[in-house]
Amino acid sequence: MLIPIIGALLIITIDIIKGGLHKTLYVGLSLLFLLMDFGALLDASGVFAQNGTVMGVFDVMMIDGLAILSQFIIVGASMLFIPLALTHKRFHEFSYPEFFALFLFMIAGFQFMVATDNLILVFVGLETSSLALYTLIAMHNRDKSFEAAVKYFTMGALAAGFYSFGAMIFYALTGSVEINQIASVLTANKFEDMGFVLVAVVFMLASFGFKLSLVPFHTWAPDVYEGASAAMAGFMSIVPKIAAFIVVMRLFEFLVNSGVVWLEIVIYAFVVVTMTAANIWALIQTDVKRMLAYSSVSHAGFVMAAVLIGTTQANSALFLYWALFTFTNLGSFSMLWISRQKHLPAYQSSDHSYDKFAGMIQTAPMAAVIMAVFMLSLAGIPPFALFWGKVYMISSAVNADYKVLALIMALNSAIAGYYYLKLIVYMFMREPIVGSNGHVYVANATLSLKTIIGFAAIGTIFALIAVNPLLEFITSFVHASGF
Amino acid sequence: MFDHILSILIFFPALAGLFGFVIQKDSVRAYGVAVAAIEFALSLWLWYAFDANVSGMQFMEFLPLVPAFGINYILGVDGVSLFIIILASFFTMIGIASLSDTKNEKNMIITLLFLQMTMVGVFAALDAIVFYIFWELSLVPMLYIIGAWGGPLRIYASVKFFLYTFAGSLVMLVGMLFMAYYFYQATGTWSFAILDWYRLILPETFQLWLFVAFFIGFAIKVPMFPFHTWLPYAHGQAPTIGSVILAAILLKMGTYAFIRFSLPMFPDASVFFMFPIAVIAIIMIIYTAMVAYAQEDIKQVVAYSSISHMGVIILGTFALNVEGITGSVFLMIAHGVVSGALFLLVGVIYDRRHTKMMSEFGGLAQVMPRYATVFGLMLMASVGLPLTINFVGEFLSLLGFYKQSHILTLLAGVAIIVGAIYMLAAYKRMFFGNVTNEKNKNLPDVNTREWLALIPLAIITVWLGVYPKPVLEPINNSVESIVQLMHEKSITAEAKERIPNLIKDAEAATSAQEAH
Repeated sequence: MLIPIIGALLIITIDIIKGGLHKTLYVGLSLLFLLMDFGALLDASGVFAQNGTVMGVFDVMMIDGLAILSQFIIVGASMLFIPLALTHKRFHEFSYPEFFALFLFMIAGFQFMVATDNLILVFVGLETSSLALYTLIAMHNRDKSFEAAVKYFTMGALAAGFYSFGAMIFYALTGSVEINQIASVLTANKFEDMGFVLVAVVFMLASFGFKLSLVPFHTWAPDVYEGASAAMAGFMSIVPKIAAFIVVMRLFEFLVNSGVVWLEIVIYAFVVVTMTAANIWALIQTDVKRMLAYSSVSHAGFVMAAVLIGTTQANSALFLYWALFTFTNLGSFSMLWISRQKHLPAYQSSDHSYDKFAGMIQTAPMAAVIMAVFMLSLAGIPPFALFWGKVYMISSAVNADYKVLALIMALNSAIAGYYYLKLIVYMFMREPIVGSNGHVYVANATLSLKTIIGFAAIGTIFALIAVNPLLEFITSFVHASGF
Repeated sequence: MFDHILSILIFFPALAGLFGFVIQKDSVRAYGVAVAAIEFALSLWLWYAFDANVSGMQFMEFLPLVPAFGINYILGVDGVSLFIIILASFFTMIGIASLSDTKNEKNMIITLLFLQMTMVGVFAALDAIVFYIFWELSLVPMLYIIGAWGGPLRIYASVKFFLYTFAGSLVMLVGMLFMAYYFYQATGTWSFAILDWYRLILPETFQLWLFVAFFIGFAIKVPMFPFHTWLPYAHGQAPTIGSVILAAILLKMGTYAFIRFSLPMFPDASVFFMFPIAVIAIIMIIYTAMVAYAQEDIKQVVAYSSISHMGVIILGTFALNVEGITGSVFLMIAHGVVSGALFLLVGVIYDRRHTKMMSEFGGLAQVMPRYATVFGLMLMASVGLPLTINFVGEFLSLLGFYKQSHILTLLAGVAIIVGAIYMLAAYKRMFFGNVTNEKNKNLPDVNTREWLALIPLAIITVWLGVYPKPVLEPINNSVESIVQLMHEKSITAEAKERIPNLIKDAEAATSAQEAH
């Protein structure tokens, strides 16, 4: 986990010694350090498979199955993200080496956040990563990016405040900031201070509601996604959320399963409302990026169901879903990224309006087919990646006897089908706008961007082969860490 | 080679479709016809190698996909699915061969080849998830065909088609997951294999709920009243080839799935819902026949009559005895041939006049005698004239249901007469009388390409109408084993009574012979 930090420091040092170096150097360095990080993770997973959970650094760090799995997703998604900086057109933010240093700091922050049981270290990781992320968004250097960064920052600060309040109350109740200690103390005294527990839970829920963009705490999400660059938006829809999901899993699953009925109902409501409302908002968007933003909110709600259900299968489903979601969602945001224009033509109201994609099959057939595959995968059409995540998640709801929830999840997938289909309809069935040529869809493409999209597309199409090993690996890790 | 013939049948068109991308634009039709012809030859070979005396699954294939979750790639055919697979490959072949000039012909042919993969896949799959994969995947090429080559309202029609079916099948997916869960509870292992599920005996309440979940998915696909509203739009807007494939094959997925899933898995629920579904089926037959009578557009007439006949198939399926189910399977094939041919015929006239309004025509029999002859033959087959293919299926279906209820069968029989009325009326308006419209004076008659598609269909229509045995026998054998399974699995007394016990009947028959 220290590897990205060392990498970040190295990048800054290089910049001090000799400034003005090209971004390719920094991309290469970041990628190298992420690779090393990934190697270290593989090593750690080998240790975990043999010895079980490892505690370290005064028992503050905890490397269990959840930590390892989520770090795989975090580092893997980051490795897919960082080459997206090598665009054809020049963008402001990538000319600063600080961008890459901040990026690596952020990754380290997320890694710390998931690899601990200690509420304080969670807080440190959360803040390290969030502060870096705010800056990264603002560096895109558009009016909307500043708006997005400030909005995200304000909301994030509020969430941090809520988080510290919640953690404080837990500490006051139990005299510990370790989640397992909190759990055992609360269980030992049979939740006698129920009132205080509820207050703490409300604070925590609000805090993570912001991070996970659960309705009604989601309001920042579409604006921030719209303001950030498409690549960054794709990144934000995956990595911060998986980190937050891990903390939520650690904290809430014991609470849900300890018979706090109230909490179960509240999370149930969160899940259903987040899925459904975000889907309905996504229906009426005119911009593809905002549509994808709402769709990410809806997917987060879908996955939140795993926390509610709380069985081993549900938790494994969360990881399976998110690993597959990484490929699909990062792929679709990258497709927007390669079609990023610097200047908007007259017929386009926003950067990625639906109109822009009209008739894409005739002008850029390959890109249209790939985009369609991502959309079908997001909609949950078999045999593409996300279908397997959906099946396993719905199945876990079925097995835990959440019959109505399973049906709601299925019907929400049907609603979501409409807006993904809308893009396909525009791409395949409308006539192209006069004067547009296929170049606009790949204007920003370079070999490295195409490679990333290729990876994402292959991961999406051939998920079928990967599902079984992935599932066995995830289930064994989740099971071994007692979730 | 026989070991993997089903996989070859499924993936050969898709692979060929991928190669199709590199074929030059003007040569792609010949390529498409060649691929479809090879596929058809392979499916005929399947029939040749198929042992008609075996009632169970043949050519089984097994490959683990997600063994941790009990999902395996299992294929197999029995008499029920065999002929629908042949029908699918046949219609893709003549569909491509008779394709009239379309823009982006290459995309169309590649899409059709992919569609063929999903169609064969649905009918050959013996694992619920694999079935579901092909079932859902079949929506995508059809969406593209309707949406890209359709009429003015094509986008609305294609999206409606997709969303309707997608929503229904997601409910079915939840049902499948429940079924797998019950199987897991009963046996301790995960399995989505349909043959495993056959062995599971469920309590009646579970059966009812699961039956409803599956029913929603299938009923939308068939489409049964009141879920049928997407179909007239889809048919109205789709290009000829889209309507042909939709009517001939895609709708059969729903009725086939009833026989493959609902009946053997939930025999008690099937008996419980027999009369409600029969009533829906009869409403469907009568109501859509009346709607068809009111149509001005000949394609809509054919579309509604197609829904009406699907009602007879449902009725036969839910007769729950050998005659009814055999008849309904046979009628699926018959309906595929006849309604496919009718849509092709409508396409012929549409290509010439670019209108489908019957008021624009009149007296076509004088201008296009051959066209009128084939149309007349198919129309007679559609209304169920004896010695045509539809008659065999309809007769057996109704005979089967007659054993369950006399009144309802009588109603359905009356409805078939209504069918004859609107079809003959439409025929009269289009073909008889004097040529009133100047534009119709010089229409060319059926050309070679169209003959190529229509003659085989006409031959099949008459051949299987006169001598249905080669098809009927394998179907009958497989259906007998399904009905016997249903009888043994059923738990309620009513179900035991409604679903005949074939072994006992057979024994009774032999002992009666011995007594003589």
